[in-house]
This record gives sequence, structure tokens and C-alpha cells, in this order.
Amino acid sequence: MQFDAHIPTGPLTEKWDRHRFELKLVNPANKRKFEIIVVGTGLAGASASASLAELGYHVKTFCIQDSPRRAHSIAAQGGINAAKNYTNEGDSIWRLFYDTIKGGDYRSREANVYRLAQLSNNIIDQCVAQGVPFARDYGGLLANRSFGGSQVSRTFYARGQTGQQLLLGAYGALMRQVGAGMVTLMPRRELMDLVLINGQARGIVARNLINGELESYAADAVVLCTGGYGNVYYLSTNAESSNVGAGFRAYRQGAMFANPCFTQIHPTCIPHTGDHQSKLTLMSESLRNDGRVWVPRNPGDIREPQDIPEEDRDYYLEQKYPSFGNLVPRDVASRAAKAQCDAGKGVGLTRCAVYLDFADAIQRDGRETIAKKYGNLFDMYALITDDSPYEKPMMIYPASHYTMGGLWVDYNLMSTIPGLFVLGEANFSDHGANRLGASALMQGLADGYFIIPYTIGGYFAGTTLSPITSDHAAFKDSARAAREGINRLMSINGKRTVDNFSRELGKIMWDYCGMSRHEQGLHKALTLIQELRAEFWENVLLPGLDKDYNKSLEKAGRLADSLEFAEIMIYDALDRTESCGGHFREESQTEEGEAKRDDENFSHVSIWEYAGSNQKPHLHKEPLVFENVELSQRSYK
Amino acid sequence: MKKLPKTINLTLKVWRQRQNEKKGHFESIPAQNVSVHMSFIEMLDSVNEQLTLEGKDPIAFDNDCREGICGTCGAVVDGRAHGPQKATTLCQLHMRQFSDGDTIVVEPFRARAFKVVKDLVVDRSAFDKIMAAGGYISANTGGAPDGNALPISQEIAEKAMDAAACIGCGACVAACPSASAMLFVSGKVSQLALLPQGKPEAARRALQMVRTMDACGFGNCSNHRECENACPKELSITNIARLNREFLKASFFSNET
Repeated sequence: MQFDAHIPTGPLTEKWDRHRFELKLVNPANKRKFEIIVVGTGLAGASASASLAELGYHVKTFCIQDSPRRAHSIAAQGGINAAKNYTNEGDSIWRLFYDTIKGGDYRSREANVYRLAQLSNNIIDQCVAQGVPFARDYGGLLANRSFGGSQVSRTFYARGQTGQQLLLGAYGALMRQVGAGMVTLMPRRELMDLVLINGQARGIVARNLINGELESYAADAVVLCTGGYGNVYYLSTNAESSNVGAGFRAYRQGAMFANPCFTQIHPTCIPHTGDHQSKLTLMSESLRNDGRVWVPRNPGDIREPQDIPEEDRDYYLEQKYPSFGNLVPRDVASRAAKAQCDAGKGVGLTRCAVYLDFADAIQRDGRETIAKKYGNLFDMYALITDDSPYEKPMMIYPASHYTMGGLWVDYNLMSTIPGLFVLGEANFSDHGANRLGASALMQGLADGYFIIPYTIGGYFAGTTLSPITSDHAAFKDSARAAREGINRLMSINGKRTVDNFSRELGKIMWDYCGMSRHEQGLHKALTLIQELRAEFWENVLLPGLDKDYNKSLEKAGRLADSLEFAEIMIYDALDRTESCGGHFREESQTEEGEAKRDDENFSHVSIWEYAGSNQKPHLHKEPLVFENVELSQRSYK
Repeated sequence: MKKLPKTINLTLKVWRQRQNEKKGHFESIPAQNVSVHMSFIEMLDSVNEQLTLEGKDPIAFDNDCREGICGTCGAVVDGRAHGPQKATTLCQLHMRQFSDGDTIVVEPFRARAFKVVKDLVVDRSAFDKIMAAGGYISANTGGAPDGNALPISQEIAEKAMDAAACIGCGACVAACPSASAMLFVSGKVSQLALLPQGKPEAARRALQMVRTMDACGFGNCSNHRECENACPKELSITNIARLNREFLKASFFSNET
């Protein structure tokens, strides 16, 4: 099968302009005739809903939470990148493009990444116009800071709550359209299935999470903005309800899944402490600007950190990567932390943590300055761990945070199903094998504010859509299948709870498909997952009723998807025998233990096609063509 | 590390109310072997695991990010919205705040405008209605001037950020004797009235948001300051003063109706 990504011809810098000109337009008076379903209200979903409604389309927006303002973009802390070069350090669109494609270890499309860098500047302008209270310097101009994987300060921020402020900006724009009657809001709804008619995405079946009823909604296009699948690892920085369900259910309907093994393990999270734990809280990467990462030089040194003198400390990132130091990209920092702990130099109760120390920064800049930059993060850390980072170094360890893989989309952000568009973390397109810090917010908003409004018009103008309603038989079939699935889950009546299964799946994935992977382990994981899945369908215990608010039932449905999806991640990790970015195959490393790519055999997007329940999916490949950057071994030394 | 007992035993007195049931009741449920490192939400998780295994209906409660920023979680714990610790959401409240043998009373956020859905779950969609009435700056996508075209003093930017920190959890309403949403409304009105971008619509915004708040069944501010005390993000009632000013200004001196 050939995958046409519909990348415009011509020089890289002109592709997007040319494409926007070549896309057919929908007459303003005709836009009101189209109905669009947007699923998810994070940065991508909220910005898309608002922007599409502003153009005159009728939008129905769904979210799993009780309010669109609660989508998990809200929790992004550190910032958002843009190539404004306000700091006069020589930043440019080209440099942001180059850093992003290099940071992704050359596994993303040049054209997509360049467009992202171009749009980054518009995003900042748009957000300022909406009243997002970005940090400012004394002259009243926008402030910037540096972030992992970059040597220029290009990150815009609103204290440690940048995601919250950007999301509330987009949410405001969305609510304005709700007030204007252009967006109908459907909170507390979960997508159960995507409905295809004549091969086109024409609607969804959703479960009302309050009363358990299944509801059908027809539309002319469906836009999925449903985030990533980091919760496959159970312990992650994701929210409780973040899940792969919508993406996986679309995959089962024929949307292909790209690079599922590309997951990001974030280096600075509060370490694991016990089995009761349900989440690992992220401490913003921005902390690495001023914090110094270290472990005791000698394995087994159990002295308190303040008792360990300088000469017995190993500032391993600064030593190993003198030019980037503590600011190396996330994948590099995570693996380095794991290596230290594997060597017996970990700290804390579980010995699975490293120090992030602010003592030097506090001495240099004063406590007040540090509090202004990181106060809320320090407070959050103290609440959770009962230790103050002002007094004692933080302890951190890597945790599952973001997933670069996602549904395959072309340059228009359309999946392999006509009329199904995928935005934000839910698609695969811009971050390659590793996402740089402060780039997720940028991508979510670029997709929602500035790409989908044009490309969806191109689709409508060039397509024939038959008139349908939600009374069509396809909706009835989907709803029936969903109901049967729910009944099956409710009737098992076994002995193990859903969380108990989730924890086990998470552990399998963390151990064998986490920060480092090898062939034998991946094969073992396949067997373990298949066994766990079989047990799940015989032994899961669900309380309560299906036609009620029932969190356990929601979680069971998502886990059922994860138990199948985890297998695709493993197949992908097995097939990609190279190391790249966050995907580290132990068999493929440099002498210094860094990820070693195999450009000859793996310079492609791996695209998986559903082949039926319990069947190994089919693999397709989209070659990646690099005309503007030279592929090199990433070096942060 | 401080020396703490590793686990404690508690009794929960939890509000149970089935869907569409007019009245609920308190139920005593034991919470055994609770690790002091658990969050309150994780404690409820472990109680629910036990209830599930015993064939009982788990306690329904909302939560999502579990890091204190999404505003989904919330309950009144021992009479206080989000529990005894200041500036802390329920998901960030840790069990080390409690002692072995404690009885903890857990109720939903109560207000006329927040209908109980089930147990501790309430319907806060009234907040979305208030936001749809004016909690935004009307700036269509595209055409925004350069971000640095409009300098904003650090002082104003910081004040706007303080007001914008609201997570929309509803604790202010639950804590208020009049179940007023003034702190919630004042956060957004203040943020946008402080910033130059928000000034053109300031009068309309204040009038529309207050009017919608009233229509949703929230009470009026009675200066008890309970909201400020319960707010996990420590929004100041200075914002309410600013809202009052904006509202009066709009009522008397603008042409908005």
C-alpha cells in the first residue's frame, strides 16, 4: 500500500503557503451547512472547536470530563516554544524546525515540522490577544526561558501553569462559541465507536457517563483530539481518564496507527513510593534550568544528601554532556538516570531516584527569585513528599509522560479514513521519536487554531457527502455492538478489580517496553499480555450497574482496549530494531551507550493496520525523505 | 524523613445518594491500613477496591489529573471544602494529615446550583454557563498583532495571573454560607479587566457574567471570606472587590444593558 502524505511540492519554506492557496475553499454561506464533531477539549480540541465555529461551521464538541476546561492539557507546566527571537540569540523558524527534527531523532516529516515552527509565532500572538497572562519582563514585554533540548531561550510561560492558561484561553474561545450557539457542548460523554458510511467518517456513538445511555451523533466530519496513550503504563503523569480508547476504536475501523512504540518517558517526575500509588506527578522540565542533577559517586552511599560532600557527588549530566549539561533532551536525561540507578547509585527509599538540587541556584539568585520561578512546583512537591526543595534536594525519576506515536495523518491531518481528522497528541506527525519540551502545547494549538480550519475546508470542497442522519442503520449497528461489549464486561463477575489488572499491564509494559527494550523481553511481554488479556475476559469484577455513573465500567472498557493496543506497541518495538529517540533497543547502541539509529533500514514511519481481533496487524511503511537537513548522530556533548 | 506511622485505620462517614434520589444519607465505611503517603483520592480508591470485592457499590467521586490543577475533584471533608489543609485540592491532601482512629466525614459540595449526581459527584455545569456568558476576550483566530505590540507592566501581568489561577473546582461555592459564585466569577472578570486586551468588553462581561450567575441560582456575596479560605489556589477576595467595581461601573456608566 502506498501512503500519500499529500506533502506539497516546492521549497520547504513555501510549502504551507502554497498549500493554503491550493486548498479549495468553502463559501462562507455554505459553511453553516456542515456539521463537525470534535472529540476532546484539550488544546487541540478546544482550539479546533472554537476556530471552526468562528468560520461558521456547526460544531458538536464532546469531552469525557464534566467540563471542557478540565482536559489534561491543563496540567502542562513549563511552557510553549515559539521562534520569535525576542531574546536576540539568533533563533529563527529554521532553527526551531532544525532543533525539533533533530530532537525527534530524524523520525518526523520535514514539511510538518517546518509548518509547526512557522505557526509557532502566530500561536503566541493569538494567545496574547485572548488574555493569556504570560510572564513579562520589567519593560512589560514577554519573557522567555530555555528548556531541554535547546540552546536558545524560546519558551513562553505563565508561571508553572502554562498549559492551564493556554487551555483556559482556548476554553474561553470555545465557550464564546457555545454562547453564540455555534458549538453544542457534550460533556461527560465517551466515544464508544466511530461510524463509517460509504467509507467516510460520518459520526460517533458515545456513552453518556451519567446515565450510561448510548447516544448516536451524525456529522460530515469527525475530528479526534483525544490525547495520548501514556496510561498503558498505569503509572504515568497522565490524568486518570486519559486513554487510548478513541484512537484504538478508530484504528479498529480502519484508521492506521503510526509508530506506537514511540513513547516519552519524562525525566523529572516524583518517584514511585508504593503500590497504592495511582499516578506519578511531573515536576516541570524547566526545573532543569536551575537545578543540578546528581547522585552519590559511590554505589551504596546512603548518607543524607546534605552530608555528602562535593567530591563524593557525581553531576553525571554535566560531566557527560558539557555543552547541554542538565538541559539534554528528555530521552537522554531519562536513560542517564536509569543507568545511574541500575549501577546502584540511586537515592531515596526505593533507590530508584536521583537528586535535583537547587542549593547552588538559591545561593546565586536568592530564595525569592527561585520561589518566583518555581514556587508552585516546590509547593506541590512538598505537599506530595513532605519535603521542601528549598531545604533538601528534590528526588526525581523518569515516568511515562507523552506518546509521540498516534493515528497516522497526512499533511492535512486526515487519517486513512476520509473525513476522520486527528489533532494534537492523538496523531503521530510532528515529534518523531522524541518530543522536545514545550513543543506539545505548540503542536496542539497549531493543529487546532491554524491547520484544521483550512484543511477541513479542502476536504468538504472536494468531497461528495450523502445526506444522512443518526437514524442510519450504521449507527444502530455500532450502538448494538457497543451495548453487547458493555453487557459482556458486566456479566463476567470474576474476582479481580479493573485497577488490579491495569497495574499488572502497566508493570509489564514498563519492564519490557519502557525506557529500554530488547528482543527477548519484548517477546516475553507479548506472552504476558496475551495471558493477562485472557484472564481479564474471564476474571474481571465490575460493581454496580451499566446504566449509571460507573467509573469501574468506564475503566474496564479502556483497559480492554489497552490490553489489545499494548500488543501493537510491542510489535512495533520488535520490528524497529534500531534505537531512536525514546525508543531504545539495547541491541542498537553506540560505544558510549547512546541510541544508535539505522537510517538505512528505518528511516520510515511504521504504520499498523488492524487485521482483526487477536490477529497480528499488518505493517506498512511511509518513507521519510530528508531534503533540507543532514541526518547525523545526535550529540549533546 | 519525619517519623510517621506507616499505616492508619480510619472510619469514613460518607454521603451516599443514588441518582435521582431526593435525599441521601451518611454511611459508615471502615478504611483499613491506609498508608500515610496516600492522597485522599488514593485512600478512596483503596476503599472502593474493598467495596467492589465485597460486592457493594463503590463511592462515586470525580477526579482526574490528581495533581491539583484540573479542578475535577472535591468534597467537603470534616466540614471543609477540600479538607483541612490550606491551599490544597482533595487529590493533593495526603493522609499524613490524619491520625490513627479518626472518623472522617465526607460530603459532596453542597449548593442549590450544584445538583448532586451521585454520592460525592455534583453537577457544576452552571460554571460553564457563566463562562459562556462572557468569560473570554472576543478575538477570532487569526489577525492578532505581534505579542509584544502591547507591553503590559509586570505588576498588572502578575495580578492578572493571580486572578487567572482559578481551577473552577467550586470549593468557593461549597464554603460560602450563601453558596455564592462571586470568587469564581471575579477571578475571570479581574483577569480580563486588568489586561488591556480585555478592556473593550469589560462592561458587558461583568454584567453578563453576574446576571448569569444569579440566574443559575448562586447566592450573593456576604463578605464572610470563607471562599478565600477554601480556595485551593488562594484567590483573594480583592478580586470580588474588583468585580463589584466593574459591575457598578458597567451598571451606572456604560451603555451596556
